[in-house]
Amino acid sequence: MSDHTTEPSQAVSKEDTVYWSANVRIITICLVIWALVSFGFGIFLRPLLSWIEVGGTDLGFWFAQQGSILVFLALIFFYAWRMNKLDRQYGVDEE
Amino acid sequence: MDQFTLNLIFVGASFALYIGIAVWARAGSTSEFYAAGRGIHPVTNGMATAADWMSAASFISMAGLIAFTGYDNSTYLMGWTGGYVLLALLLAPYLRKFGKFTVPEFIGDRFYSPTARLVAVVSLLVASITYVIGQMTGVGVAFGRFLEVDNTTGLLIGAVVVFAYAVFGGMKGVTYTQVAQYCVLISAYTIPAIFISLQLTGNPVPALGLFSDTASGVPLLEKLNQIVTDLGFNAYTEHHGDTFNMALFTLSLMIGTAGLPHVIMRFFTVPKVSDARWSAGWALVFIALLYLTAPAVGAMARLNITEQFWPNGTDGEAVAVETIAEDPEYDWMATWQQTGLLGWEDKNNDGRIQYYNDNAPAMQERAAAAGWEGNELTNFNNDILVLANPEIANLPGWVIGLVAAGGLAAALSTAAGLLLAISSAVSHDLVKGRIAPSISEKGELLTARIAMAAAIAVATYLGINPPGFAAQTVALAFGLAAASIFPALMMGIFSKRVNNTGAVAGMLVGLIVTVIYIFLHKGWFFIPGTNSFDDADPLLFTIKSTSFGAVGAALNFATAILVSRSTQEPPQEIQDLVESVRIPRGSAAATAAH
Repeated sequence: MSDHTTEPSQAVSKEDTVYWSANVRIITICLVIWALVSFGFGIFLRPLLSWIEVGGTDLGFWFAQQGSILVFLALIFFYAWRMNKLDRQYGVDEE
Repeated sequence: MDQFTLNLIFVGASFALYIGIAVWARAGSTSEFYAAGRGIHPVTNGMATAADWMSAASFISMAGLIAFTGYDNSTYLMGWTGGYVLLALLLAPYLRKFGKFTVPEFIGDRFYSPTARLVAVVSLLVASITYVIGQMTGVGVAFGRFLEVDNTTGLLIGAVVVFAYAVFGGMKGVTYTQVAQYCVLISAYTIPAIFISLQLTGNPVPALGLFSDTASGVPLLEKLNQIVTDLGFNAYTEHHGDTFNMALFTLSLMIGTAGLPHVIMRFFTVPKVSDARWSAGWALVFIALLYLTAPAVGAMARLNITEQFWPNGTDGEAVAVETIAEDPEYDWMATWQQTGLLGWEDKNNDGRIQYYNDNAPAMQERAAAAGWEGNELTNFNNDILVLANPEIANLPGWVIGLVAAGGLAAALSTAAGLLLAISSAVSHDLVKGRIAPSISEKGELLTARIAMAAAIAVATYLGINPPGFAAQTVALAFGLAAASIFPALMMGIFSKRVNNTGAVAGMLVGLIVTVIYIFLHKGWFFIPGTNSFDDADPLLFTIKSTSFGAVGAALNFATAILVSRSTQEPPQEIQDLVESVRIPRGSAAATAAH
């Protein structure tokens, strides 16, 4: 079994740094949406959305019980698709 | 054919299937035992992760928690799914790239510290063991109810089955068994829900039925709100509790989910980094199938139950004691009364059972006028809701047999995943990592199997003699995972500056403060009466002890960053390691290093 390094140590290229900051930006956007639908629409902003009716109740209730889960799903698949594209763009995808 | 035979056929057939899979997928190497040889397709892995994650708590308890509280318990729905976003974006791809077998191994390597690895092992063991006790208790209950054997016999049968496929198959056997268990549990959960949704709303999709109209044209949720408020209960869709604590509890469940080692280690089993990203999405697809149905199950069951007690409407006469005894529609009540989880008593001897909220002032007036002497449905345990649901709705016998098999599948699949996390922490992190680093692969595999067998024995013993605190310890498991494991993993990937001293200090502060906060509210070591505070009136603001995991995580982050800044930067090779983890390229090489 090898020790700490899992592959031959390589100098950090500028490309890799740009790739990483692009990744962090995508993650940040996704997490803002993640928080908005659950903590926002589902909890704190529910009173503001109470005028929008959904099947016998209001939009906030729907977000808390189902909507946020659907958005979570969309976020994970979007991230996987976007990152796999970014990997190829920067040539860091798996061979 | 009677119900008992049907239950036996369904449970027996599902067990035969699991054992057949175990024989077929026997693990031959440590890589197969710990990570299924990294050959699992992302969709397969997603399905196995879903079964691994959805425990007796998701299958049996969650819909009941929502049914009797309503909107405020949406926290479980958002919390237990939102954690997958954190996993997919912040942990899974990087840990897969790292290419080792266990969570403590990453923490030990990244923070170049055996102490850090040991702290991670301790957190992992405490979190996993407390969690597994609950699963084994669930196995005992399900057996006791459906196969009419006593708890102990039921548990022993369950333990033998888990032993068969987890000890021999390792991660490989567990993964394929979990795929089968997922299929059993999801059909067991959704089929009765579809029947009930059709009965109440005519919509075959329960998740949509929840927001549809009932036969009378009134939306289901409006009708439910009306009927429960008529009886003095809180309106189902309204918010009643403390908003700040609700958000914090949701966040704690999310972070805890992303920090539970038996879930994280599933992402070590896929072939590539890109597969790890997809796999988290597939896991959530399969989880969402149950989680989108759960709120519908909860609301519909609450409506059905309330209407059974008030067959003539909430203004009319309550159900007669005689009807409960004789009408086959009420057979489920006698069955569940035997388990001690359901109870009623005709307090005012009027021959009827009045079910209402006797704390509501309006109801007290009505009760005084009508001669009621308090709520006569004296005991209704939340946990029976899902299991009793098909009987309450008078569904055919085979549906009830299927639900029995489903409940067992949910508990067994999670138990197996946890046992695997425990055995790999013992054999790989403790024995190979600390005690006997020169152990051969064969020796390590044998150690892993012995550790697994020992863990099953301990879990079975604790399942038969559950410590009185089993229920509270779930909060502890999530608190520990959130306050210690998640922050260490995330900082290990996203910061190059956090060093060994910082990480160890952060984990210890998060861990200790969280444990103390839980003990202050639930009693020291959960001994009743030794608590100084109560969750109804907590120490800090409105933060209940179950919601403290998120605060513990924040303390972990803050401590680790402050301490790291004032101590030495990590060595160059560690910074290179972080760089390499961040980039998918070369994941095959990382794995080949074994």
